[in-house]
Formats: sequence, C-alpha cells, structure tokens
Amino acid sequence: MNSQIAARVCAVLGAVVLGVVVVLGLFVTGPDVVQGEYVRMIYLHPAIAWTAYSGVGVAAFASIAWLRTRKMSWDHLAGAGIEISAVFTFLALVTGSIWGRPTWNSWWQWDPRITSTTLLFFLSIGALTVRRLDGTVEQRARRSAVVVLLAAVNVPIVHFSVDWWRSLHQGRTLARVDRTIAGLQLSTMLLSIVGFTLVFSALLILRARTNRWEDEAAHGGLGEAVSIRRAEATGSPAAAAHPGTV
Amino acid sequence: MLRDALTVLSKDLRIERRSKVTTTQIAPFGVMVLVLFAFGLDELVVRGPGESSANTVSAAAVSAGLFWLATLFAALLAVQRSSALEQADGGRDGLRLSGMDPAGIFLGKSAAVFLQLVVLEVLLAIGVVLLFDATLRNPLLLAATAVPATIVLATTGTIYATLTGGQRSRDTLVPLLEFPLVAPILLAASQATRAALDDRTIDGWPWVRLLVVAALAFTALGVLLFDAVLEDL
Repeated sequence: MNSQIAARVCAVLGAVVLGVVVVLGLFVTGPDVVQGEYVRMIYLHPAIAWTAYSGVGVAAFASIAWLRTRKMSWDHLAGAGIEISAVFTFLALVTGSIWGRPTWNSWWQWDPRITSTTLLFFLSIGALTVRRLDGTVEQRARRSAVVVLLAAVNVPIVHFSVDWWRSLHQGRTLARVDRTIAGLQLSTMLLSIVGFTLVFSALLILRARTNRWEDEAAHGGLGEAVSIRRAEATGSPAAAAHPGTV
Repeated sequence: MLRDALTVLSKDLRIERRSKVTTTQIAPFGVMVLVLFAFGLDELVVRGPGESSANTVSAAAVSAGLFWLATLFAALLAVQRSSALEQADGGRDGLRLSGMDPAGIFLGKSAAVFLQLVVLEVLLAIGVVLLFDATLRNPLLLAATAVPATIVLATTGTIYATLTGGQRSRDTLVPLLEFPLVAPILLAASQATRAALDDRTIDGWPWVRLLVVAALAFTALGVLLFDAVLEDL
C-alpha cells in the first residue's frame, strides 16, 4: 500500500475511533466512586503516554536498522518517531499534571512515572537537537542513531531507579491481578489506546515522508523542492516520480 | 582491542601529566562546587562553632548528593577536555588514520576519564567528610558505588563529547545530552552513598547492582557504537 494512502486510512480510522472514545468517555461512562469526574482523564492520559513510549520504541528500532543497512528511510522513520515522542511526552506530562492537581492536590509530584517521563522528554529534546546539528544527512543519521539508542537503553534504568526511589502514582492499572478498572471504563480506555495508536501511525508515516522530502529538497535545491511540492499538491505525474514510500 | 585501549589510555594520561589540567583546574573546580553548595544551601547544611545541629539536615543525605553533583559537573569538564585533545592539531584525523580498533579507542579514552574522576572523587570524599561532617561507615560500599557510577559517567560522556566534538555548540550540547541520561545514575549513586555514609535506613547494595548493570550496558553500547561515532569526527 502506498504510504500516503496508509497514512490517510490510519488518520481517518483514528479520528473515528477517538470520536467514539469522546462520546463514551464524556457521555456514556459515569464518574468514579473515588475520583469523581477526574477519572475521565484515564481515557486520554494513558493512551498519550503509550504513544510517547511507542515513538521511542520505533525510533530505537529504526536506529538499529539504519546502523545495519544505512538506508536513509530508516533515519527518516527514526526522526519521525523521536519527534512524535517528544510532543506526546510533553502532552503526557501536561495531562498527568492536570489530573494530579485535584487528585494529589499538587501540579507536580516526584513520582516514579512522572520523573521517568520527564527524563524521557529531555532525552527526546536532546536527540532532536542532535538531529539539527550542522552536517550531512549521513552524519545526522549516525549521530541520531547513537543518541536514540543510548536513550532507549536508559529507559529501563530510569524506570527501576525512580520506581525504587518513591511511588505515588496510580500504579499499574491494567497489569495488576486485582484490576481496579473494569467494564465500559476499561473498554473505553483500551479503545482510546487503539485510536491514539492509529493517529500515531498516521503521524509517523507523514512525518517520515516529510523528512524524506526535506532531504531531497536540501539535496536538489529550492527549485526542485518547489516543483516536487507543486507536483505533490496537484497529483501530477511528477509526484509519481517521487513516491512517498517510507 | 585491549592493546589499543592501553595505548590511548597511556597517551591521554601522559598528556594530563604534562598539562596538569586535571590537578590544577578540574579538581579545584570540583572542590569549589562543594564549597559553593554550602553557601547556596546555607543553614540547611552549615553549622557554626557551638551551634546546635537541630536545624541542619542529615549529613549523609546532603553529602552524598553534593558529592555526586560535584563529580558530575567535573566529569563534564573532563570529557570535554578529553574530546578537545583530539580536536587540536589534526588529532582526530590521526586517530582515524591510526588503524586502531574504535572499541579500543573508546575504552582507552573512557578509562583515562575514569581514572581522573576517581582521583577527583577521593578529594571530594575527603571534602565532604571535612566540610559537611559526614561519617564514612562503609568504605567498601562507597567504592562499589563509585566504580560503576564513574564508569557510566566516563563512557557516556566520552560518547557524547566525541559525537559533538566538531560542533560549535558542543559546550552546551554535552550537558543537555548527558544530564537526563545520567540522572538515574546520580539517583542510584546518591542513595548508595547515603547508605555508605552512615544512613542505616537505606540498603545500598540493590542500588549498586543497578549501577553495575548500567555500567555494563553503556560500556557494551559504547564498544558497539563507537565505530559509528568515530566516523563523525
């Protein structure tokens, strides 16, 4: 399947699923006995955090693939993954903070998962900064792969260290034997994760394509870049000469 | 690989012995950071002659954190210095043309930084005992903490400093990359050091195990990736 079509399919499906999640989350499911209306954040926050960590996972996988094959498409994918991860890590921190204010009576707590997500955010920022350093696309890919892999190796070390340090967080809602969430709440939350995964996939494909066009534009000069963009917008045969495969 | 590592290690240490940058600049910097913390934290850690210690926090709690923060700041200087050695006089081209194993170069440069940091840590340990009234209860635990934690600082710092060596923004870039990466190491090392410094509420050994795993992971990653890092020089 053409990557542009795949991105559109994922985006449309993601929008539909998230539309259903909005209806279920806001109008069908009820408030929680303990957390009241704030429980509705569970339909948003875990899915955003999942997307953030998925971005790092994709970037790490693509970085290993680039180091093995040296195919630039893997670097474009790694760049897309780490960029999306940075955005969603930030969103996870913001949504977590909004939930924490009424629940913990504080915008910020030194909780293991908040702390590890914060560190992941700064690691993503570092990787993005490295990708923007001066140099050739080969140098960018090489530096990016090294920095992303160091960050990926660090994720479990961060997890264990801050987990031992202190724990205030909800705890694992899904992995626990005595689940504290069930029925429609659980279904809505899982549906939200599916919806966000679809949106993440669409963003990943589109951003990897854009990375590729940026490289081609830088390589071919402004004139060629303009003609590629025009051809892509009008769907002329010139666009077919530059298929956006990831 | 090990022969190349020893060659690079002896080369870097020889340069340090001649230039004396570690002893005349990096070590005083580390000790100065300890003194500055006392000014910054004021009555939290400082107790005058005859004053009660009621308002000061636990010496073990503060000293451990200060010790590792001072080490981290000094480590940044050490790794940037190590990288700068290769930037001047076509050193980087010489390194690539030498035909040495990249993994050996990585291990040699990391080992040189490690040894410099160990010397600094001995000075800092004396500093926290003298300046902050810390009591060293378990020297073995402190050594078992310091070795893997310093290996992580040296290996990750060497990778980042080499990777960004040719960049104008490297002075700001290395801390941006290094700080979030070594944050859990700082946490683990501080906890284990607290246990070594007379804090009986903490078991330091699980933290040491985490540090050993991290040291092995980052060293292995450096050995595998330094070929790609050196291509960028």
